[in-house]
Amino acid sequence: MAQAAHTLNSSKPLGHGHSVKRHTGLMDWLTTVDHKKIAILYLWAGGLFFGIGGIEALLIRWQLIKPMNDFLDAQTFNELITMHGTTMIFLGVMPIIFALMNAVIPLQIGARDVAFPFLNALGFWTFLFGGILLNLSWVMGGAPDAGWTAYTPLSTSTYSTTHGVDFYTIGLQIAGLGTLIGGINFLATIITMRAPGMTYMRMPMFAWTTFITSAIILFAFPAVTVGLVLLTFDRILGANFFEVGAGGNPVLWQHIFWIFGHPEVYILILPAFGIISEVIPTFSRKRLFGYSSMVFATILIAFLGFMVWAHHMFTTGLGPVANALFSVSTMLIAVPTGIKIFNWLFTMWGGQVRFTTPNLFAAGFIPTFTMGGVTGVMLASAPADFQFHDTYFVVAHFHYVIVGGLVLGLFAGLHYWWPKMFGRMLSEKLGKWTFWTFIIGFHLTFFVQHFLGLMGMQRRVFTYLPNQQFDLLNLVSTIGAGLMSVGTIIFLINIYLTSRKPADAANDPWEDGRTLEWTIPSPPPEYNFKQTPLIRGIDAFWKEKMAGNKGMTPAEPVGSIHMPSATILPFTMSVGIFIAGLGFMFSRDDFGNAFMSFMFNYYIVTAIGLIITFGSMLLRSLYDDHGWHIEPEELEGSERT
Amino acid sequence: MTTAHAEASKEEFPHEPEKATLEGRNKVLAFWLFLGGEAVLFGTLFATFLALRNQTNEGPSANELFHLPLVAAATFILLVSSLTSVFAIQAMHRNRPAVLRNWLLVTVVLGLGFLILEIYEFTQYVRHEDFGMTTSAFSSAFYTLVGFHGAHVAFGIAWISILIGQLMRKGLTVVTAPKVYVSAMYWHFIDVVWVFIFTVVYLLGKVG
Repeated sequence: MAQAAHTLNSSKPLGHGHSVKRHTGLMDWLTTVDHKKIAILYLWAGGLFFGIGGIEALLIRWQLIKPMNDFLDAQTFNELITMHGTTMIFLGVMPIIFALMNAVIPLQIGARDVAFPFLNALGFWTFLFGGILLNLSWVMGGAPDAGWTAYTPLSTSTYSTTHGVDFYTIGLQIAGLGTLIGGINFLATIITMRAPGMTYMRMPMFAWTTFITSAIILFAFPAVTVGLVLLTFDRILGANFFEVGAGGNPVLWQHIFWIFGHPEVYILILPAFGIISEVIPTFSRKRLFGYSSMVFATILIAFLGFMVWAHHMFTTGLGPVANALFSVSTMLIAVPTGIKIFNWLFTMWGGQVRFTTPNLFAAGFIPTFTMGGVTGVMLASAPADFQFHDTYFVVAHFHYVIVGGLVLGLFAGLHYWWPKMFGRMLSEKLGKWTFWTFIIGFHLTFFVQHFLGLMGMQRRVFTYLPNQQFDLLNLVSTIGAGLMSVGTIIFLINIYLTSRKPADAANDPWEDGRTLEWTIPSPPPEYNFKQTPLIRGIDAFWKEKMAGNKGMTPAEPVGSIHMPSATILPFTMSVGIFIAGLGFMFSRDDFGNAFMSFMFNYYIVTAIGLIITFGSMLLRSLYDDHGWHIEPEELEGSERT
Repeated sequence: MTTAHAEASKEEFPHEPEKATLEGRNKVLAFWLFLGGEAVLFGTLFATFLALRNQTNEGPSANELFHLPLVAAATFILLVSSLTSVFAIQAMHRNRPAVLRNWLLVTVVLGLGFLILEIYEFTQYVRHEDFGMTTSAFSSAFYTLVGFHGAHVAFGIAWISILIGQLMRKGLTVVTAPKVYVSAMYWHFIDVVWVFIFTVVYLLGKVG
């Protein structure tokens, strides 16, 4: 398109002969703007952080295996629970969600890439550098220790004296920027890049949930951006937002955090709903039951998700009227969620169900997530919540919805789309081992925690006294955590063994694929679709199959395909933000070293970082990306005639 | 992607050059979305300010602090700059690059005028009224809200200045037009935010 502009306003000839700079090896990954490669980057980075978060979880469970254990001290325990929650949510599961969105969404809507390939890369790199910054805290003076919710005043500099919470605020700020960029990108992609005939109500459910999730990201993340800025200003610039002595208000943090935080849990679970809604119809050989009600339920959940934040704050003393309103609005969410549960069950009902690994995870998801939903309704009742608040009952609840819901959904999605992403089928045998060890381990770990909570065990305590009937249940819980790690390790072994096999997955390796991604090779070529397909109904590919067609009807003739150029700028922009963040964090420190003090206390490091970032932005703005073309004769499978 | 080629290859310059290509349309759409996020951002800052605006911690209160004539002048300057950015976009739609550039220049100069008044106002408060970031919860909320807006104005000035340079080098094309258009959207947005700041921070501070 940039070339079109040239022909308009300059005499330069059409530049089809642009020299294409092909990077290889590491530079290829650092400069890629291809959504399929960015998906793999998100998957590895997210997987790495997921592993770190998992190890933190195991350390927590090991400390709690017996009463009065001295494996960890209280401070380390606080750091571990804080980093476990923060890492898992922001750096583990969200990037893996983004991995699947990137891998699948452009294919499902029949697009050649996302609306903004450059921004897509930028979103990934800012997330990665935010995550690295956050985890650097372990080796730079102590991790954040105020819980993943960082409640004030505990997280203010009065009570949390290390730089830990600064790593939290600035690391999350940078990672959150990446998420926001990704959200806007997917919204624009789904609005404008759908193939001809792909109306909104013909979109696959995963595309729908990605769309709604992105909208929630757009409206929820700026709130936490502000919250983190306020906390940073309090801690580094001496502002008084949360300092009661100077007129500040600690409850303000809770409001801002949960106005973001509750929509955040729907950001996590809606993509899982989407994955399950793809997997179950495929392996039931039936179209999704109640597609329109599914779409409606998704939108309703997103809307209500913004109306319920104060149910996290029943015990702060908002008063009976506010508590009652937030109770009711919270319980309302059970209605659209229930619609979804029944739709999945009715999809399986009477279908030719095949229990492949993805479908096992999907089938395991339904009862597990429902259990998390039921405890959610229990917690929504404000008077009961006064009993449940800050106990292991809450811990059990949110692990049932996040692990039993989202993580099972992610496992389903990863097994399902693995052949599309990598061209290799994961081993079904090992996949089933993963499923059974993981789900049994999961229930073993968290089911007993309901009872621990009801019996009065507080969350976030680093140890407990013996003879309160906590001992056995905690032991069981720790054993379960071990079993979950066994499941995860089997999954990793499966990935390793699969990677050594030839990449020979068929276009439609599950044979019952219903959506567009199964019409093209696994993995897809750089340009995805040689010809943009014409969509004639819901489950476009299935519809063609039922009509006796081998593939989609093309909506355009074979022609040259315009591609965006690879660029290092997203990487350098993110490096710049990373440096600026580190510089700002240490700007009030006394280094006892004239050079270091000069560099940090006069904001020189911050300035260098910002110059790198804004300089990269300037370069991006000044030098137009003309892209390059893939000519028809270079397209796979095209014959010269 | 082929559609954009076809549309843009029409010989005459399109009436709405910012929407002539798929890239341009995507950019305008995504910028609307981005402004939606920005609205939440400022909404949260306003909520914070409203919650803390009477917490003066024995420091200066809004009523003692603000001098409306100065703020009114700043408001007038910024609102006029919004008008001049409309003139710029109108010139763009008539394909008059020189007029477009001049109106953008006027917009930038007015933005700078606003920024100078704001910096002057802040220095007055810090130097003569003993009202800094750390004085009270009110002061923190005031500087953060108004400062965020000021930083947005500063970014807008830098951005539009760079676009003026690009217009002079590359001319008005279907590549530069969407950039100018979204910068104008941005400028209107920070203007609207200022209207709320003027009302909620300054007027309410004087009477409430």
